[in-house]
Amino acid sequence: MGSRVAESKPVLRLDVRDVASVPMTVTIGERSEPAADHPAIFDVDGLNVHYGDFHAVKDVSLQIRKNEITALIGPSGCGKSTVLRCFNRMNDLIEIARVSGSIRYHGVDLYGSEVDPVQVRRHIGMVFQKPNPFPKSIYDNVAFGPKIAGFEGSMDDLVEEALTKAALWDEVKDKLDGSAYALSGGQQQRLCIARAIATSPDVVLMDEPASALDPIATLRIEDLMQGLKEDYSIVIVTHNMQQAARVSDRTAFFTVDMEQTGQRTGVLVEFDETSKIFTNPGETRTEDYITGRFG
Amino acid sequence: MASRSEAIDTAAIVRQSLHGRRFSPGGLAFELSLLVMLLVSLAVLVTLLADIISGALPVFRDRGIDFVTSGITLDSATAGVWTGLVGSVGIAIIVAVIAFPLGLGAAVYLEEYAPDNSLTRFIQTNIRNLAGVPSIVYGLLGLAVFVRLVDLIGLGGSASTGGRNILAAGITLAVLVLPIVIITASEALRAVPDTIREAGFGVGATRWEVVRHHVLPSAAPGVLTGTVLALARAFGETAPLLVIGVATGFFSAGSAGLFDRLTGPYTALPVVVLSWSRQADPAFKENLAPAAILVLLVVLFAANTAAVVLRNRYDRKW
Repeated sequence: MGSRVAESKPVLRLDVRDVASVPMTVTIGERSEPAADHPAIFDVDGLNVHYGDFHAVKDVSLQIRKNEITALIGPSGCGKSTVLRCFNRMNDLIEIARVSGSIRYHGVDLYGSEVDPVQVRRHIGMVFQKPNPFPKSIYDNVAFGPKIAGFEGSMDDLVEEALTKAALWDEVKDKLDGSAYALSGGQQQRLCIARAIATSPDVVLMDEPASALDPIATLRIEDLMQGLKEDYSIVIVTHNMQQAARVSDRTAFFTVDMEQTGQRTGVLVEFDETSKIFTNPGETRTEDYITGRFG
Repeated sequence: MASRSEAIDTAAIVRQSLHGRRFSPGGLAFELSLLVMLLVSLAVLVTLLADIISGALPVFRDRGIDFVTSGITLDSATAGVWTGLVGSVGIAIIVAVIAFPLGLGAAVYLEEYAPDNSLTRFIQTNIRNLAGVPSIVYGLLGLAVFVRLVDLIGLGGSASTGGRNILAAGITLAVLVLPIVIITASEALRAVPDTIREAGFGVGATRWEVVRHHVLPSAAPGVLTGTVLALARAFGETAPLLVIGVATGFFSAGSAGLFDRLTGPYTALPVVVLSWSRQADPAFKENLAPAAILVLLVVLFAANTAAVVLRNRYDRKW
């Protein structure tokens, strides 16, 4: 286990692996190559998460870089959502959750005693698996975050801007006072994205944002993410490997390991540029997963 | 494959099996016995109502609204429920003022703030137990504590009243219905999906902001319904009031001011029913008591209707 990130020097691997042995056809969309000079905003080192006695995630180390989309993939129970929820301290809400190791966010220890999780979440927005708009109007859904953060400019402009960025403005501009629940599932999820970016976050975390949506709505969310990448850094958890291949710049592959005690625990197998993970993975387990041999 | 002639005509078998409807005497008897049970329950209720209405009808026919607006007198021709109605409404207001904030606050703490440990569960279990404690026990508590307390802080009224007033009654009944308010409010809070809380925390809201802006508005219909039902319960209570010294005889509040009404002797609607049903004059027992019961029932029915309307109007679909 440990940090495989350090071992996986991509240059080395190209020499030793046979690219043709990977029977996977994945179209990787056109996008800017992840530049090595994108600074890391999250530096995760030796992250462990326990839920009570259950060791959910073991020794995860990776970096999330600015203006990139980082995908966390892996089978159910591999701890990818748990890792995601460490980034904005959402795990604090689960009483039995215990986080150890270090997550540095812009160099600050995110779990340091002086850090206020409420402030963390204003910088690091989140979009959840099931669209979960507030049972309020569309406008109020977007305006709530800025309002409690003490936003003093024109709220109307801010709402319009957030909804425009979330590619929802044209569909809802005439019914801003209408209930958010009157929207379709895909629209609700884009509203949740608008809500997340209305507080001008630095990072947007997405926990399987399209898993409850139909393929067309899913594609719209994916298109949207490519645009959002210009302004935000995105971390997305997904079950859908094609989705990870289509949208992300880097991919972290997690899987489930058996500990000596017989308990299952989530581990990071490989973390690399998405193109490498999907065409030339460094680990057999990654290859097995992305080629559909398990999981 | 079997030859065509040997092939089984599956469609014919299916067609035949569809016609297997049989008469089941056991099932029918069961259904009928359930219906009988329902009818018996309804019959009891209808008999009760018919008895009350037939007794009360002459009173309302002869005196109309005058019965409601007249105070208690010794004369069955002029006696009315006004004193009792005022006492009951006064008690209900005090109950609402005390039990609603206390109950809601306790429920919010238990559901939203308290750690999920054995102590919290112990407290929750015991609140449920408290809701099942016989009301007479609360009467004893009220007599031992609240009547004296009210008298001690100078709100006991005259020496003869000595704290046996609406204030003490309101506090006692507030404590009586408090567990009901806490339980219904807790259930309403628990019914708010966690996804709403996560959404609130996700945009950087504090716990208080999540509770204030999202959880409470979503839980409001349930909380209000529970409170109205708790008030209805307090409105109909008799036993604890008897213990803490409600006036069962005749008295005149006259033109007493608000303060004197709160601190002086009082009576309540169910207590009026009780005292009238024990009068020697048969008119009290046979007509006035049923009429007072009818007034009580109308008030309770209105309260329950209000609770249903509140729930229907503000209930949200997730």
